[in-house]
Amino acid sequence: MSTTPIAWTGSDPAQRPLVERLHEWVTTVDHKRLGVLYIVFALICLVIGGIEAAIMRIQLIAPSNDFVSPQVFNRMFTMHGTTMIFFVAMPLVFGFANYLVPLMIGARDMAFPRLNAFSFWLTAFGGLLLHFSFLGGSGLYGAGTAPDVGWFAYAPLTAKTFSPGHSTDYWTLSLLVSGFGSIGTAINLVTTIVCMRCPGMTLGRMPLFAWLSLTMAGLVILAVSPLSAAQIMLLVDRYLGGHFFDTQAGGSAVLWMHFFWVFGHPEVYVLVIPAFAYASEIIPVFSRKLIFGYAVMVAATVCIGFISMSVWAHHMFTVGMSPAANGFFVLSTMAIAVPTGIKIFNWLATMWGGKIQFRTPMLFCIAFLFQFLIGGLTGVMLASAPLDWQLGSSYFLVAHFHYVIVGAILFAAFAAFYYWFPKFSGRMCSEALGRLHFWLFLIGFHLTFDCMHVPGILGMPRRIYTYEPGRGWDTWNLLVTIGVVFQALGTLVFVANLVWSYLKGDAAGSDPWDAWTLEWSTDSPPPAYNFAVLPVVRSRRPLWDLKHPEDPDWKYEGEG
Amino acid sequence: MSTGAVTARDPAVEWVLPSRGRVGMVGLIVAESAIFTIFVVAYLFYVGKSRTGPLPGDVLHVPVVLTICLLSSSVTIHRAVTALLRSRTSAFVLWWAATIGLGAVFLLGTAREWQHLIYDEGLTIRTNLFGTTYYSLVGLHAFHVTLGLLGLALVLLLALGRRVRREHSERLEVLSMYWHFVDAVWVVVFTVVYVIGR
Repeated sequence: MSTTPIAWTGSDPAQRPLVERLHEWVTTVDHKRLGVLYIVFALICLVIGGIEAAIMRIQLIAPSNDFVSPQVFNRMFTMHGTTMIFFVAMPLVFGFANYLVPLMIGARDMAFPRLNAFSFWLTAFGGLLLHFSFLGGSGLYGAGTAPDVGWFAYAPLTAKTFSPGHSTDYWTLSLLVSGFGSIGTAINLVTTIVCMRCPGMTLGRMPLFAWLSLTMAGLVILAVSPLSAAQIMLLVDRYLGGHFFDTQAGGSAVLWMHFFWVFGHPEVYVLVIPAFAYASEIIPVFSRKLIFGYAVMVAATVCIGFISMSVWAHHMFTVGMSPAANGFFVLSTMAIAVPTGIKIFNWLATMWGGKIQFRTPMLFCIAFLFQFLIGGLTGVMLASAPLDWQLGSSYFLVAHFHYVIVGAILFAAFAAFYYWFPKFSGRMCSEALGRLHFWLFLIGFHLTFDCMHVPGILGMPRRIYTYEPGRGWDTWNLLVTIGVVFQALGTLVFVANLVWSYLKGDAAGSDPWDAWTLEWSTDSPPPAYNFAVLPVVRSRRPLWDLKHPEDPDWKYEGEG
Repeated sequence: MSTGAVTARDPAVEWVLPSRGRVGMVGLIVAESAIFTIFVVAYLFYVGKSRTGPLPGDVLHVPVVLTICLLSSSVTIHRAVTALLRSRTSAFVLWWAATIGLGAVFLLGTAREWQHLIYDEGLTIRTNLFGTTYYSLVGLHAFHVTLGLLGLALVLLLALGRRVRREHSERLEVLSMYWHFVDAVWVVVFTVVYVIGR
């Protein structure tokens, strides 16, 4: 057999030149590579947003501090909020959904692979645009300025009169661009889940992860579109001299608040529902039990999705609305605690009587359960309008939503990293470093965000750049900042763990956790085509059926 | 592959899922509807709140002919797709071209209305709240008509090059869903701007 010099690129990726490999990543339409790109992009932005938070905490470590000027402080809280929500949390959520949904439903790719790539690059461009404002905000001469209008950018602060220069334009354009990316990915996810399931994968047999991703994508379609519309209006005001939010010409500043929070509250659920999804996959595997109440979990999720569209004005109690509006939004906000509570009890019931394995993903999930409960309870407190008049816009509120976003969403995301990293990379994460990360981050989280409630109750408003001594806030703020050090160390350990495990970790094999969903039936990392033969499923745990032919699930699930 | 798939596919099992194109287009239409909803809410919220003239009652004329044009283009596009399903290609091209013609008439009519408002009545997007909301809402719709016309024109060019055949009818149906949506939005915009807002 004569050897012909064919450039065979499929066998050993390490031997091809770096430029070629990078080019493959830039032009890829593979859902797995795009998922990884989303996640890496989110991790880079997590570090940037974390540095912005650390600058604020150093400024607030002591009373009458002058580490940064008030102007810089305003830019920091604006950039921190915008970065963390739109360029950390959203890409993280989309990255995991992108990577895992097609694998879990037995598909070879997303429904629209090129739209998928387009959406990712829109999001990445949006993030670049936002951070370029540090250089380009005032046109490169003079000190550069980033947006300083707060992450919800209330009118009339965003009007040309009060925000001259281009910093606010960078903010609004970056959210518009990345918003279109989010809508594209959401449509793609919905279409994938509806149209691409493998034979036998009925809606009732889908993993909860797919169900929750479907709900999340539906919410993105319904919530991010209003934000895009509001950003177009703001652009009309700023560039064409329109009057949407111009109170001088009869426009309404409150209308912007409504439009922003019509997006803003469902957005919270866009981020937390995927956290539920990770927990719903991880807790059963490490409890060695079926998820408790599959149907109820699906119903509760969809219910949360619907109710979350009708609670937005609880962000506006302090604005002063009519008693009828206040009453409606108090009741709808409290109602959403019911399906959420159902979910917490279902996770507990899943663990109850199980053979719990305290591996790193499970540790993060247990912390998630506990912290999400506390964050939910302070949420019920703030849902009561009279209490909100007292505590809204104080550090109590800041502590509450960080408890949910960091304590629940980020902890669940860490659990997801440790759980699916073997699938992404083919290597196991270091358990020792994982535990170190867990304990450092847990201590840091509680030091920061438990202590943050107290100055809020004592009257410390959010977004102040400094405070006078002797108000009883000093020690609490010191403790809050010390907690940041632990969180930063924990994040460093996490990044070190990812890098070390990617290079030196033990080989994972296709199914290291003895799990039950389809992504574990293929290689780690999966080949470009995912499945050589499309699977056929007969129950909610296809891998259980495969491993236990004598006792398969489909015998008991009924028409499921 | 380690374990390969779970089990091989049983060809006897019927497994049909909805088409990707239709579901994706429904998703796009829902997202677009949410965007239009926000603009419609802003329009309705600001009806009667302009501090200076001109006001809608003084300057707006109900565009009856244009509305008939746009709405009837939904009928022509439907007939075009039906003709293609029956492989009657020349009828398809005629109905498709008629759709483009009706859409173009609508767009030209909007342009003339805007010219009248800007040069004769002195109403621009920065004149007052009515101007801001009117040009934004009607302009957003006209932008969608323009996008639709570009898509339709692309198909017409391909059809004239004899590239459009019966097997493409499903894709064209997806495109026609978008066009029906643009028409349906006009019903809402018409009601809000020319009936309620006047």
